[in-house]
Amino acid sequence: MANVIRRQTPAARLLRAVLYGVLIVAGLFYILPMVVMLMTSIKPLSEISAGTLLSLPQNPTLEPWTKAWGEACTGMRCEGVGGYFWNSFAMVIPAVLISTTVGALNGYALTKWRFKGSELVFALMLFGCFIPFQVVLLPMAQTLGWLGLSSSRAGLILVHVVFGIAFTTLFFRNFYVGIPNELVSAAKLDGAGFFRIFWRILLPVSAPIIVVSVIWQFTQIWNDFLFGVAFSAHNTQPVTVALNNLVNTSTGVREYNVDMAAAMIAALPTLVVYVLAGKYFVRGLTAGSVKG
Amino acid sequence: MAALEIHNVRKEFGSERVLKDVSISIDSGEFLILVGPSGCGKSTLMNAIAGLEPVTSGNIYIDGEDVTWRTPAERDIAMVFQSYALYPSMTVRQNISFGLEMRKVPKAERVGAVERVADLLQISHLLERKPAQLSGGQRQRVAMGRALAREPKVYLFDEPLSNLDAKLRVDMRTEIKKLHQRLGTTIVYVTHDQVEAMTLADCIAVMRDGNILQLGSPDEVYNNPVDMFVAGFMGSPSMNFIRATLEAAGDGYALRIATPDEDDLLLPWPSGRNAAGLVEQLNKPIILGLRPEHFSEEDVRLSEQAEGTLMEAKVSVVEPTGADILLRLPLGEQEITARVGPKCAIAPGERLSLRVDMARAVLFDAETEQRLA
Repeated sequence: MANVIRRQTPAARLLRAVLYGVLIVAGLFYILPMVVMLMTSIKPLSEISAGTLLSLPQNPTLEPWTKAWGEACTGMRCEGVGGYFWNSFAMVIPAVLISTTVGALNGYALTKWRFKGSELVFALMLFGCFIPFQVVLLPMAQTLGWLGLSSSRAGLILVHVVFGIAFTTLFFRNFYVGIPNELVSAAKLDGAGFFRIFWRILLPVSAPIIVVSVIWQFTQIWNDFLFGVAFSAHNTQPVTVALNNLVNTSTGVREYNVDMAAAMIAALPTLVVYVLAGKYFVRGLTAGSVKG
Repeated sequence: MAALEIHNVRKEFGSERVLKDVSISIDSGEFLILVGPSGCGKSTLMNAIAGLEPVTSGNIYIDGEDVTWRTPAERDIAMVFQSYALYPSMTVRQNISFGLEMRKVPKAERVGAVERVADLLQISHLLERKPAQLSGGQRQRVAMGRALAREPKVYLFDEPLSNLDAKLRVDMRTEIKKLHQRLGTTIVYVTHDQVEAMTLADCIAVMRDGNILQLGSPDEVYNNPVDMFVAGFMGSPSMNFIRATLEAAGDGYALRIATPDEDDLLLPWPSGRNAAGLVEQLNKPIILGLRPEHFSEEDVRLSEQAEGTLMEAKVSVVEPTGADILLRLPLGEQEITARVGPKCAIAPGERLSLRVDMARAVLFDAETEQRLA
């Protein structure tokens, strides 16, 4: 807006002030739940029952965090969410890598090696983005059983990969559509084959869309609860399921500070990913729409 | 042996026939230009030669070998693309040597080849840059360097100059011609620019609607066009087409051009010229083709020995280009363009005497648009 030429009349300044005011209020509104969570998680239990939701912590303590991580009870066991936190990573990392890789190859093949019906294949894959999770629960459980992957980490990864491919294919296809076909033609004439062209020509320029795909997939899979609860055994449960169990396990008094700390722990990785790569996410989403 | 031979190539996309039975043959070291308006099939033919697009039927031979069903890589060709298609993540050096690397040429030879083409194209100082850091003209050079590094049997150029500004285009055109003369390479070049075609080619193929209308030297195509389309497409400003009627005049023929408000203009057909087939056209409408330079201003001092027929008309527009002057003036029912010397002092509205060089005029059938004489 700095390059818009406008005379600074008092009315314009007032309007600007109102504008900023509204934006600040909206910003506070969005950040508030997290502030409350963070404050509650470092208050001792006594302070929570005495004070209000918004009162500042008087004697901050990390005890709820350590308890949430290592001691809190999730159902019958009292080992905290720490172990499940690593379970989530062990599930998310391979699932993200595999779905992004397959999506990239799909997008590349669908745009640069068109075949009869490639548009139909893409349309059908796109359809996968709109299938509600609940619909596939039973068939998927059956399939995993046939494959011998029931209640295993590999099974859960497979489910997330299958669901993720629809999205990652969409991302990569739309990105590669904007890359000139002549590049691929030139590489073919130079003697490069399918994988060589992908590896040497396409992949080096795909950074923006890889970031988008990784962030999207990481957030989706990390935050997933339904598949986690349906297709995992106790020792492979992701942190989202553990968080649910922790909050629902009653041992007399409700420990809101521990609940909040556990929720923060569960949300931390996605927060970190957004903070570190958020600007690339926005850049990647708009890449191709405007020619640089 | 022919470096490139195309035998009865057809290409269909669904029911649409993009190439209809195209045959061309060029010798090693020849510069062939495919020229025509957009949608004439010239780029499709180029892609067929490159192997990027399979043909529906017909055969393509490179150096005597049937390559119709070989992949682009197996055909030993290199191509320069309209958009240059430089690999964005690679430096100029990597771009040039990529093709050699894919063909498993040893590193030392690759370095040598890069140095050679960089010298040739004067891009040695750009070797470590990425394509994004280059200007349009520099990218064009790198794209040519990439093709030249491999020394293939045939080079394909797909409108390589159309993304450059006017001045650079003329410079690069000269440079391509120099390169061809120096290296003696076989080149197939696609363009829609008839000036490029005239200046560069040994052989021009004028295409329209998937057919080759005429295949010949620039001189043949320009001075001896087979039909009105070729005649109108080649040359700028384009040929004037004038409605006339063929009449018998003495032993020979003459063309009568009906002129409103004035006496009809009668242009005698030179007796030395071939008149076979004109008999059937007697007293029928016919199209007379005259290029702007077939007109010249009447010079009184030379009028004794000057050839050609005199005509007079009122000039409507005067367009000086510097090197010469283009005049628009009515002839018969249409307005024509004439090219006269830069010294010609004429203002719009004035009358001017012009000499018409009927020895170079061409005649077309008014219906079929085919050449008659």
